[in-house]
Amino acid sequence: MSDATLSPADNTRPKRRSRLLVTLAGDRKAQFGLIVLALFALAGIFAPLLAQYDPNEMTLDMMAGLSAAHPLGTDDLGRDLLSRILYGTQVSLFIGISTVALALAIGVTLGLVAGYFGGWIDTIIMRYIDLQWAFPNFIIAVYLVAVFGTGLLNVIVAISLAFVDDFARIARSMTLTLREEQYVDAARTLGFSKPRTLFVHILPNAVAPIIVQATVSVSYAILGEASLSFLGLGVDVSTPTWGLILADGRSFITQAWWLGVFPGLAIMLVVLSINFIGDWLRDALDVRQKAI
Amino acid sequence: MTKALPLLEFTDVHVHFPIRAGFFKKEVGRIRAVNGVSFTIRKGQAFGLVGESGCGKSTVARAALRLEEATSGSIRYAGEHISLFTGEERIKFRKRMQAVFQDPFSSLNPRMKAGQIIAEPIRVHGVKPAGEVRAEVDRLLELVGLPLRFANLYPHEMSGGQRQRIGIARALALGPELIVADEAVSALDVSIQAQIITLLEDLQRDLGLTYLFIGHDLSVVRHICDQVAVMYLGRIVEMAPSEELFANPTHPYTRALIDAVPNPDPAAEAGRHIEPLQGEVPSPANPPSGCVFHPRCPLATDRCRQEAPDLGPVAPEHSVACWNAG
Repeated sequence: MSDATLSPADNTRPKRRSRLLVTLAGDRKAQFGLIVLALFALAGIFAPLLAQYDPNEMTLDMMAGLSAAHPLGTDDLGRDLLSRILYGTQVSLFIGISTVALALAIGVTLGLVAGYFGGWIDTIIMRYIDLQWAFPNFIIAVYLVAVFGTGLLNVIVAISLAFVDDFARIARSMTLTLREEQYVDAARTLGFSKPRTLFVHILPNAVAPIIVQATVSVSYAILGEASLSFLGLGVDVSTPTWGLILADGRSFITQAWWLGVFPGLAIMLVVLSINFIGDWLRDALDVRQKAI
Repeated sequence: MTKALPLLEFTDVHVHFPIRAGFFKKEVGRIRAVNGVSFTIRKGQAFGLVGESGCGKSTVARAALRLEEATSGSIRYAGEHISLFTGEERIKFRKRMQAVFQDPFSSLNPRMKAGQIIAEPIRVHGVKPAGEVRAEVDRLLELVGLPLRFANLYPHEMSGGQRQRIGIARALALGPELIVADEAVSALDVSIQAQIITLLEDLQRDLGLTYLFIGHDLSVVRHICDQVAVMYLGRIVEMAPSEELFANPTHPYTRALIDAVPNPDPAAEAGRHIEPLQGEVPSPANPPSGCVFHPRCPLATDRCRQEAPDLGPVAPEHSVACWNAG
């Protein structure tokens, strides 16, 4: 590659196609993920129209197997499992995605700031993160809900705070590496503000491990909500979330396998889809990778 | 030209990095990267700073750009202390002094297209109204000799020389007077080096730029610079106009550096007697007593081992820090 190949006659700027779309066209798994997630989102939104029964309506038809009347059977209180899963979709998806979004926003910002500024700022932030690291994530969430009470918002905040440390550590370690790059020196020399340096020059080069962590965390968030529900610290007993349905069904797994399998399958499909989407985003956002 | 306005003045600048150890991060020593450096770059000059790796020349560049703060001494830009610039003044200073970095593979954000890289400073500092940014990017691309289609390429899609041209265009985006080029051509192939040097010379002529050119390749520095300072272990050991320095190298270290440049003429090279320097550059954490060069100097005397010589004149505009000079 020599500079002699530069031809001054070629003075056009060809438009580039969007990398996201180009890479999506060749990525079957990402297409699957987007479609499945879209279907779940629609199911969540239109649950009242799609469900045949009230999710909390108890009948004497308890733990009935799969049938035309109850496609996914009924639970120990005779509630229609399909209706419950449909109604649970909205809350479970919302919790899974919004907790991770919140944890990512807080954790990544803390990590960027700690890694970039170093010194006492780093010491304070990272000692706090170490403190949190010392506790199992779930204990922190339980503690926060116990103190601040149950409810959708509190559960979201509690689970996301529990995940903050993972994102902060990843972002900090990436920042420590990237701040030595000459383009970061260049950003300082050009007089760019610190937020611009952090969020425009460092963060985009650190997204790959953050996306991986985010996709993994979505599943933990959905399951975390399940665990909280199991302890009675979840969103609300009257709201059937996937985690709650799964936790309820656990006791009857030997008598009614469908109570554990179907909500579990729903969680698995969502997590799998989000992982596929995450892989696609990671590659699509890395401009150094060749678009297929 | 010699009496032109002084643009960048270093006065007895020290940049030390503390070595910390233990739980309380106690300072156990210091890396004296820059240890009392003074020089003046006048408007329109190309000032060269040469020396082996680790001699502190890049730290001088970083201190000039305020990427490192000087431990002591003063750095003045157009007469004003750069360490006092805050807010608006700091931005104004950034617009006047820009940098071209060493490694064309690390100096450009890999996630941004060349056009975005050049446009960013123009937008952020409002150099041009939003509607004219694109035209300005095109103008800069032309200025550095790249076709406009490069605006849509990512750094990894370009060669080293092309990337360095983008780096130069970015530095020019703010319309600076002084450009610090820290080993700006060292990472490039020799043929590409020549093109970039020619570009830098053309830009200096057309835009009236001033350069602080840091390098270790004497032939490159000789070619582009009209004033050269030689650094060794954090100090300037000799400083003179380029022609004078290469015609009459006075410091034994300068002589050794010039001797080490191979002569392209094989006949002349064959008959040449070279006295290579013995030993290694000492650690800047623990510099030798007296003249820092004495452990490697063929002329060292007892005085050199005990007392450090100051930079003193041996001829008009030519100063040397050596007891045996003059």
